Amino acid sequence: MIRFTHVSKEYPRAGLALRDVNLHVGKGEFVFLTGHSGAGKSTLLKLIFMEERPTQGEVRVSGYCSTDVRRRDIALMRRKIGIVFQDFRLLEDRTAEANVAFALEVTGAPKNTIGSRVAQALARVGLTSKGTSLPSQLSGGEQQRVAIARALVNNPVVLIADEPTGNLDERATRGVFQLLEEIHGAGTAVLMATHDLELIRHSHHRVVELDAGRVVADTPRDGVPPLLGRTGS
Amino acid sequence: MIALREALRATRRAPLLSLLSVVTIAFSLFAVGLFGLVALNIQQALERVEERVEIRAFLADGTSAASVAALAADVGAFPEVASVSYVSEDAALAQARIQLGEFEDVFETGILPASIEVRLKPGARTPAAVGTVADRIRTYAFVEDVRYGEDWVTKFYDIRNIASATGAILGATFAAVAMIIIGATIRMTVLARAREIAIMRLVGATDGFIRRPFLLDGFAKGVAGGLLALALTWLAALLVSRYVVEADFFTPGVAALGVAAGAVIGLFGSLISVGRHLRRV
Repeated sequence: MIRFTHVSKEYPRAGLALRDVNLHVGKGEFVFLTGHSGAGKSTLLKLIFMEERPTQGEVRVSGYCSTDVRRRDIALMRRKIGIVFQDFRLLEDRTAEANVAFALEVTGAPKNTIGSRVAQALARVGLTSKGTSLPSQLSGGEQQRVAIARALVNNPVVLIADEPTGNLDERATRGVFQLLEEIHGAGTAVLMATHDLELIRHSHHRVVELDAGRVVADTPRDGVPPLLGRTGS
Repeated sequence: MIALREALRATRRAPLLSLLSVVTIAFSLFAVGLFGLVALNIQQALERVEERVEIRAFLADGTSAASVAALAADVGAFPEVASVSYVSEDAALAQARIQLGEFEDVFETGILPASIEVRLKPGARTPAAVGTVADRIRTYAFVEDVRYGEDWVTKFYDIRNIASATGAILGATFAAVAMIIIGATIRMTVLARAREIAIMRLVGATDGFIRRPFLLDGFAKGVAGGLLALALTWLAALLVSRYVVEADFFTPGVAALGVAAGAVIGLFGSLISVGRHLRRV
């Protein structure tokens, strides 16, 4: 579903961010992407939702290939993946419901289906009662749940989460991670970039570790947690 | 429908920025409109002067009425000629007495020759065209002299050409400055919504979907700015007419064209600004 083949990415000023990355994420997998700051995690995620294109190699996502994808196809491809960021990226001037509905409206979803689908998505993230709240009226954890609801409302095949718990306290972090686990349990693949070694330690999912743009470890599902005893930033 | 809602939402969220855009468009077009008004009035003043370009062919004494009629018919048939009129000796004398009242006693019957006055069609009043017609009239045997104020016509056209060239350059400069200012204003509204655009793209909005509200917004602001500019220009023309000099205003067609220009600038300004922004993100 997501396949990196000999992918390198070089930025004109910052130099090489990824070096010869080969990676495959299958349907329904849960993969942690970890590594120090600047290791290339965000670049790797940007290559998945094609905000960036590889300098070498190719990235395939749900049938779209980075080497020949057109700009319009990128928009269509993004409707098949849900994306969540550390800073939530909600539209501040509209309610939680409107933020989630927006993701449906851009796809041209039938108007009479939008209300019920939004309600379902908000229920799924446990925010049924907060639908009419503005982001500024919600806690960090709640805002991230709205962002997740928005990412889920189009029934994506994969959820990409870039440090989704980076701005949250421990309690909210546990809640959001629990939610991602549930989403994974329902069949959606999850690719989560994180610094949070505690989260990784306490789970049994596959861990891909990046260092200086290279994949330095790829521990499969149900494998031995690779980072026990190590410290990370 | 979604595009309209998003455009309205953007206006509601940043009313000051929207107002600033409309006022900037209005004042830019107002500057162009004022210039246009000055150009229009100068042009009309020049046209009124130009209408006075005429050729006078003085006839030999004793030219028969039949010859005069034949000459008038011939000259009247020239493609450049608008009208031909005969001024008899008596009529010339009467005219001179009216125009030069204090020298009334000097004029005696027979002192002024009969003549024909030839008025030319618009477009045939250039020094070259006037000269050609004058030369053709000179060929008639009973025409003693032909005058058309050659120096005056040449100088007048020099002034007219300078005025036209200056007008075109100044007009183009004003229009270019207006476009740049309006473009910068629209760019500002796009940048103010950069985060929103990024989020739209993230959730899978196509460029067309993102562009539409901006185009509506730009179009509406262009029309509003154009109407405001028209009102300001009309007010300026009214004040000038009342306190300085009688000034003509644009015809309704030209005024509508000005508002349409605002709409087009708003629309294309937005199209270019959003397009440039989208290419970069």
